[in-house]
Amino acid sequence: MSNSAEAGGSPARSLRDRFPLAALIIERCLLSLVLLFAVSVLIFAGVEALPGDFATTYLGQSATPQAIANITAELGLDRPVTTRYFDWLGGVLQGDFGTSWASRNSVSEQVGNRLGNSLFLAGFAAIIAVPLAIGLGMLSVHFRDRMPDKIINVISLAAISLPEFFIGYLLILYFAVNFGIATFPATVYQGMGFFERIQTIALPTATLVLVVLAHMMRMTRAAILSVMSSAYMETAELKGLSSWRAIVKHAAPNALAPIINVVALNLAYLVVGVVVVEVVFVYPGMGQYMVDAVTVRDMPVVQACGLIFAAVYILLNMLADILAIIANPRLRHPR
Amino acid sequence: MPDTNLLSVRDLKIEATSYPPGEAPKRITIVDGVSFDLKKGKVLGLIGESGAGKSTIGLSALAYGRGGAEITGGEVKLDGTDILKLGKGGIRKLRGARICYVAQSAAAAFNPAHRLGDQVIEATVRHGLMSKAEAHKRALYLFQVLGLPNPETFGDRFPHQVSGGQLQRAMTAMALCSHPDLIIFDEPTTALDVTTQIDVLAAIKHAIEETDTAALYITHDLAVVAQISDDIMVLRHGKTVEYGSVQQIIEAPTEDYTRALVNVRQEIRHEAPDQTKALLRVDNVSAEYSNGFKVLHGVSLHLCKGQTLAIVGESGSGKSTLARVITGLLPPSEGKITFDGKPLTPSLKARPKDDLRRIQLIYQMADTAMNPRQTVRDIIGRPLTFYDGLRGAAKTARVKELLDQIEMGNGFIDRYPAELSGGQKQRVAIARALAAKPELILCDEPTSALDPLVAEGILKLLMKLQEEQKLSYVFITHDIAIVRAIADSVAVMHRGKLVRFGPKSQALSPPFDDYTDLLLKSVPEMELGWLEKVLATRRMESAGN
Repeated sequence: MSNSAEAGGSPARSLRDRFPLAALIIERCLLSLVLLFAVSVLIFAGVEALPGDFATTYLGQSATPQAIANITAELGLDRPVTTRYFDWLGGVLQGDFGTSWASRNSVSEQVGNRLGNSLFLAGFAAIIAVPLAIGLGMLSVHFRDRMPDKIINVISLAAISLPEFFIGYLLILYFAVNFGIATFPATVYQGMGFFERIQTIALPTATLVLVVLAHMMRMTRAAILSVMSSAYMETAELKGLSSWRAIVKHAAPNALAPIINVVALNLAYLVVGVVVVEVVFVYPGMGQYMVDAVTVRDMPVVQACGLIFAAVYILLNMLADILAIIANPRLRHPR
Repeated sequence: MPDTNLLSVRDLKIEATSYPPGEAPKRITIVDGVSFDLKKGKVLGLIGESGAGKSTIGLSALAYGRGGAEITGGEVKLDGTDILKLGKGGIRKLRGARICYVAQSAAAAFNPAHRLGDQVIEATVRHGLMSKAEAHKRALYLFQVLGLPNPETFGDRFPHQVSGGQLQRAMTAMALCSHPDLIIFDEPTTALDVTTQIDVLAAIKHAIEETDTAALYITHDLAVVAQISDDIMVLRHGKTVEYGSVQQIIEAPTEDYTRALVNVRQEIRHEAPDQTKALLRVDNVSAEYSNGFKVLHGVSLHLCKGQTLAIVGESGSGKSTLARVITGLLPPSEGKITFDGKPLTPSLKARPKDDLRRIQLIYQMADTAMNPRQTVRDIIGRPLTFYDGLRGAAKTARVKELLDQIEMGNGFIDRYPAELSGGQKQRVAIARALAAKPELILCDEPTSALDPLVAEGILKLLMKLQEEQKLSYVFITHDIAIVRAIADSVAVMHRGKLVRFGPKSQALSPPFDDYTDLLLKSVPEMELGWLEKVLATRRMESAGN
């Protein structure tokens, strides 16, 4: 930024001054791109540094030096690291994540299917969890330090304190085994109808909702409480507004930035952090796919999963930052 | 109806629980046995220092206790109904409808996330008094009455997009919107510059007359309340000192305390005759922020040893920036500063320690300039260790000596800032500056956050220290009365430029430049009808043009 300001002189600065919102957003997007590039280097280097190699694992007992050398040459592993990195990166930029070493299928195709499943589960959990968490957060501010507030807090804290696989098994035990009102395993397949799909993923969704609820709810509560002592909240009270309206209309809009950030973190968690839940419910998502790939050292798949997880994480955080910027009236409406 | 009073307050008692650090909580009485009446369309001024309970009384008319204050006795009758007995729902129907509130800082009292227009009409619409369209029409009318610029589009703006004076008027519009019977004005002009204050005062007065609303007007400035009230109640420590008509209070006060308020700020110091030997010389200094915004334009002035230079101007005039440039916090982009015959290093970081020692600062907010977790001993002791290497008993002895100089006893040495009053905090800040044995002290509005009588005490202390230790002061203020009271020379600043500089007797006497003239004429005087007089002169002048 400073370079362009020096080179362009005052016009560059005045552009920035005139469109502070656009400038901030563009800056944030560029930063995300740089970050993503750095992550791709890290992932490649990390995978490269892993002990053990694919050929040995794949051949098992029949791993003669000759066979290993054949496979290494076949996969192009004898080329220098940098060449392989840029080959890989070039492919990724065109949407080609290479070929799986284990199954000899296109990684992109397999990932596409799995990613769709993961996003569906995460999205469905988010649609329930986010409004519920924010609503409960506002309710608990409304009833602060009274019974409903305490009940909401205790339940959500209990949910976050239990490991997610434990919650998962509890739900399976009661709802699938004892009461028989939910299905297990939650394995979805292509060609399944929408409602059937939703029914199938009810239990993993419930598990995820319980896991992310407390974090978002408590941040909403804290963020709103911190603006409750502002002078404009007193104004709202002295205008004769009801406490609920004051919270929803006057406090919440000013507490948006921290709430948006914690929601984004939890959405990211829903996509990339659900390995355990996927395994428990035998759900064919990205997490399980990556775990399988790591056990056989199927590096193209591991790299693809790592990069996609990183991209989701960076994208959601970038969106959160941009939304938080837009939520600030000072930036949205410059003087 | 036999009772013609709109508001009638009897034996009001308000208590709160205070939590002094390290002690058990205790009940304190904030307001004790206050009674008054207010007729429809009349204005009652409540005046007193902070802690006098005036805001608390004002809020009791809304049955509201701020920060844990509780109304524990007496009655507050609106049209004969005791509003303290109404219950939550009943009082909610009154607030924002029949009784409205104008806060001291409109900048904080408006929600930054919503447009002004929506906030102005919100209460009126929510209480079902008008439809949205009617309320918008009413708001437009009020924006016009209150003299806001572009009234048609003013409501579309966000709070950060308009000035402080405009916000204060918008808040008045918000209060007037529902056709209330009573408005509580809680120091509505205190945070404004004098030149802005006069406009807001005139707008409020005009609006009150136009709408026949009754008002409680809370302020610590007797000259302001004299312009707007019918009656005045003087309060101190939560009790009524004197209650009477404006005329009686201003012209024939019966209580000593009221007399002290009326007579505050006479000249303390006579101007020094010789103003040629400069200790500090600022030559053609300009400064800009890192984003290239120019805040000072070629300022030149000087200050002689043992004298006081007062720098006056509104907020944004660059007067505090000039102090920052002198201290080196903001190095000048052009020009130079000479101190005691030698040029000062522009940047603070490169300055020799002895130069740092010789120039000290006192801030407007003593609160924020002190570490709340340090005791008075640590606060005053730090420069002693830093500059003189004092430790242990020698340091304690010197701290005690300094506490004596600022007229506070040794008993304060182990207190925390939170246990001191506003005036005491400012005294400790002065002691901290003195600890370095400075020659020049830059005082950045050190009294503007204090009550008049407390401020007077601080000014007298500063003058005494000046006599004893031959100190020189650069005194930044927006208060002309202080300038008259203590300055030897005066610099008037406006939008980063120096518009006037010279010995006090010359600078504050005609012929004036336009800006100084406006500034001097805007200072409220303790005189009935002063506001009308100034406004009439203004109208004549604009008609003449």
